[in-house]
Amino acid sequence: MRRSTTIALGGVILACFAATMGLQMGRDRSYPRAERETDQIMYVRSGGAMQRLTLDFDALAADIYWIRAIQHYGGDRRTDTKRRKYELLFPLLDHTTTLDPYFKIAYRFGAIFLSEQYPGGAGRPDLGIALLQKGMAAQPTKWEYPHDIAFVYYWHLRDFKTAAEWFQRAASLPRAPNWLQPLAAGILTAGNDRAAARLLWNQILQSDEEWLRRNAERSLKQIDALDVIDQLQARVNQSPPPPGSQYSWAALVRRGALPGIPLDPVGIPFDIEPSTGVISVSARSPLYPMPERMHAPKP
Amino acid sequence: MRVISCIAWSVFRESIRDRVPYNLVLFAVLLIASSFLIGQLTAGQDVKIIKDLGLAATAVFGLFIAIFIGIGLVSKEVERKSIYALLAKPISRPQLIIGKYLGLVLTLAVNVAVMAVALYVVLAYLTFTESAQFRAGWDAPGIDPALLKSILLIFVELMLITAIALFFSTFSTPLLSAALTFGFYIVGHFNHDLRNFEKVVESKVVASIARGFYHVLPDLSAFDVKTEVVHGLPVPAGYLAMTVGYGLLYIAILLTASTLIFSRRDFK
Repeated sequence: MRRSTTIALGGVILACFAATMGLQMGRDRSYPRAERETDQIMYVRSGGAMQRLTLDFDALAADIYWIRAIQHYGGDRRTDTKRRKYELLFPLLDHTTTLDPYFKIAYRFGAIFLSEQYPGGAGRPDLGIALLQKGMAAQPTKWEYPHDIAFVYYWHLRDFKTAAEWFQRAASLPRAPNWLQPLAAGILTAGNDRAAARLLWNQILQSDEEWLRRNAERSLKQIDALDVIDQLQARVNQSPPPPGSQYSWAALVRRGALPGIPLDPVGIPFDIEPSTGVISVSARSPLYPMPERMHAPKP
Repeated sequence: MRVISCIAWSVFRESIRDRVPYNLVLFAVLLIASSFLIGQLTAGQDVKIIKDLGLAATAVFGLFIAIFIGIGLVSKEVERKSIYALLAKPISRPQLIIGKYLGLVLTLAVNVAVMAVALYVVLAYLTFTESAQFRAGWDAPGIDPALLKSILLIFVELMLITAIALFFSTFSTPLLSAALTFGFYIVGHFNHDLRNFEKVVESKVVASIARGFYHVLPDLSAFDVKTEVVHGLPVPAGYLAMTVGYGLLYIAILLTASTLIFSRRDFK
């Protein structure tokens, strides 16, 4: 074929492409189509079946499910609160860990985000624990799994006795850090204590995983917010509104009870309940929903 | 021996002419591109995933080369009728089979070696660009010599698959040879299940037949230690030696059978 013919045909192909793009854009502008809301699908529900189907590429398939789990969690977390479902988070992590039973971070990710209160997470600590127990079955000598189970019992289920038992179990495993033993004892005696929670989150803050550190930072800010709320509540209770009027920040500032509208540790104003004066973190704050109230440390 | 090495060298040169090394470029691009993209998607698991991807890609690329070149090694000569010219020379049929096999194994060895180097380069880049704190969270070091254990077993598995493809190509058409080799590849990965068949069926006869198949068919799942090396788990030297030994023996069986069949073929 002659060179000029080749160039001419190449030009025709490019022109046709340009025309199809123009038509496509024109059609989309003139006849906009509603965004289809597609539910995420898992075609193969059985981890065992998937393991067979992937032959000896199960580790790579585990990576794909791991990426899907991250995307699913991140995608749902970014949508508006009403549409958050996290319904595939457990099956995706379950597949990931069936395909690669040594995928440590998948178990730990599951423990944190399956257990976290809805809408921040799936609100399913039972599934978080189930996933960690699967990890323990695969690697019984890893102290991180019983530690994370203890953490779920402590932080999400508020079952301090069971949490202390699991911390104790983690402490008995090889290479367990030396702070686990006193922590178990401390939790057993102090129970619902912010100081113990702070210690735990500070340990997680030392983790190598950035998303774990981010979660720890948020939780530490939540604990700080609880401290601030305690101080504020005492001042608000000392300055009740005149009969017939309600609690409001503006009125409290006007009366000189507060120097300004109080902000939570991420800079969003606290909410105050007009009739009772109860202070809480705003639903607009990234710290919302807050953990159940914990006792302030004893002076 | 000289004849065999000449045939092997010509097969290797033919694979270069057939642009087989292009897959190496694709492999390198895949690894480098994924090393940049994966970091954004995997919540800190990029090194693990690069290792998984690199090892899986080495196995897949090698598998395609082994099958699609392996099935044509003999049948292409027959189709082109160049077999007459070859056999008219002072070359015995066993020499032809072994030479062709070694030529493809050489191609695979070069491929696997280049892919291993590319994988280590990408891992070295990731290792030196990450902080020490981040690296502390990895199950195994970025530049981990243990990966070579998996690469060795992948290579022996590819040698075995090449022998299977060559075996079928001595008496079958290329299409059928490809289908049969793929079939053996899949069966080989399920083969381990046949070993414990008595737990699934009550009949002792069926269980014995299943166990017989377990010993006769290639046990390919034994060559997969990717998960273990990526997580820094031990792969004993004894296991490696026995699996390599098993692979080499199985290859010897297939090459002997291929030679026997090919020696009895009548090209008139």
